Amino acid sequence: MIAVIDYGAGNLRSVTNALVKLGYQPMVTSKPNDVLNAAAVIFPGVGAAADAMDSLRESGMDGAIKQIVSQGQHFLAVCIGLQVLFSVSEEDGRHDCLGVIPGTVKRLPPGLKVPHMGWNQVKQIVKHPIFEGIPDEANFYFVHSYYADPDDAGVVAGITEYGISLCSVLIRDNLVATQFHPERSGDLGLRMYDNFLKTAGVKR
Amino acid sequence: MLTKRIIPCLDVTRGRVVKGTSFSDLRDAGDPVELAAFYYEQGADELVFLDIGATPEGRDIMVDVVERVSEQVFIPLTVGGGLRNTQDMRRMLGAGADKITINTAAVLAPGLISEGARKFGSQCIVVAIDARRIRDDGMPEWEVLTHGGRKPTGVDVIHWAKQAVDLGAGELLLTSWDADGHRGGYDLELTCAISELVTVPVIASGGAGNLEHLYQALASGKADAVLAASIFHYQTYSISQAKEYLAEKGIPVRKAAT
Repeated sequence: MIAVIDYGAGNLRSVTNALVKLGYQPMVTSKPNDVLNAAAVIFPGVGAAADAMDSLRESGMDGAIKQIVSQGQHFLAVCIGLQVLFSVSEEDGRHDCLGVIPGTVKRLPPGLKVPHMGWNQVKQIVKHPIFEGIPDEANFYFVHSYYADPDDAGVVAGITEYGISLCSVLIRDNLVATQFHPERSGDLGLRMYDNFLKTAGVKR
Repeated sequence: MLTKRIIPCLDVTRGRVVKGTSFSDLRDAGDPVELAAFYYEQGADELVFLDIGATPEGRDIMVDVVERVSEQVFIPLTVGGGLRNTQDMRRMLGAGADKITINTAAVLAPGLISEGARKFGSQCIVVAIDARRIRDDGMPEWEVLTHGGRKPTGVDVIHWAKQAVDLGAGELLLTSWDADGHRGGYDLELTCAISELVTVPVIASGGAGNLEHLYQALASGKADAVLAASIFHYQTYSISQAKEYLAEKGIPVRKAAT
């Protein structure tokens, strides 16, 4: 079973549409028990980190996500989903986040248009099934004003240039997180969801 | 490197795509769901849907259009036209839109921009500005128009663009009323003035008649994206032709499926 985490914000519909288009049957849920039993968990997101954290704490989903990661369930986090995995976000102040990935979420440097909005290339720096059939330097759709800076460079799996070299794909064990939106990145984005679900052993 | 975006615009009224000149004289240009799928296949970077009828019935039809498009098109969708409050915005986002664009409602009540940005995030809120040139003697000035270009407001476009961004707009959709539908090129002075002024991305709109015009808006106009309707709807050029042309001239673009 594929669980898509609903925490009151986020672009759930475009994510579920992408999964349905691929032939999967996702379940949208806000219940921690559902996600803890899922073969694959998807954590989508748009909006602000502090709001997302508030909603996650309210539903008890914060603890569930930590448990999912520690017990090695297949987990894909997108955009704000990636950012709240970090220790701290500097978006509108300084907010404690889930702390699953040690590091800080910081404002993009001045001098370029913010949000970083549009299609940009992802340089693959590790070989991983999530990139199966996706050319190196392929374009994905970004929209964000903050970026995640992990303490451990070993988790960085993809890099994108926007004033700085930012971590656009992060992988640790069965956890995959992308700063871009695969569900808004055309055929190659769909391919990435498919790769993730195949790795998780989910059948269409 | 971040690529420049090519965005076909679908003006929709009563469930059909139409296109006119200076916001009037409408011609039928097809079914919005079919056109959206066609542009997606061709490599469009985003799609914009504007409900130019902006009636309550039109809005229901638009929700249905957005729902159907989002089931088969996996690029960002921006929807606008007659959205008056955050409930209207929520409905469109719930139907599958990624961004909403507001124009008249934002001019009448600028607080709607900050309210929308707070509820849904700045990245969702595109403020559309219809600009008409009111002075043209080397020191150009533009005035904001509302109500689909019918109503002059006396508000200076430069001032309004800055205010909209300060209030939380994540992007500006800048349309030259003088150029729109005439296919003689974008208003490059206007585009450049706003692009250099604000820190958020600017979409140039109004006046595209050929591929050189797209290039000009991105190069000398310094826009982050170009929006065009008739040159794509009537298949004067395909999206992929536009991208080939821009790439040859050194503009970074995303080729289809890369």
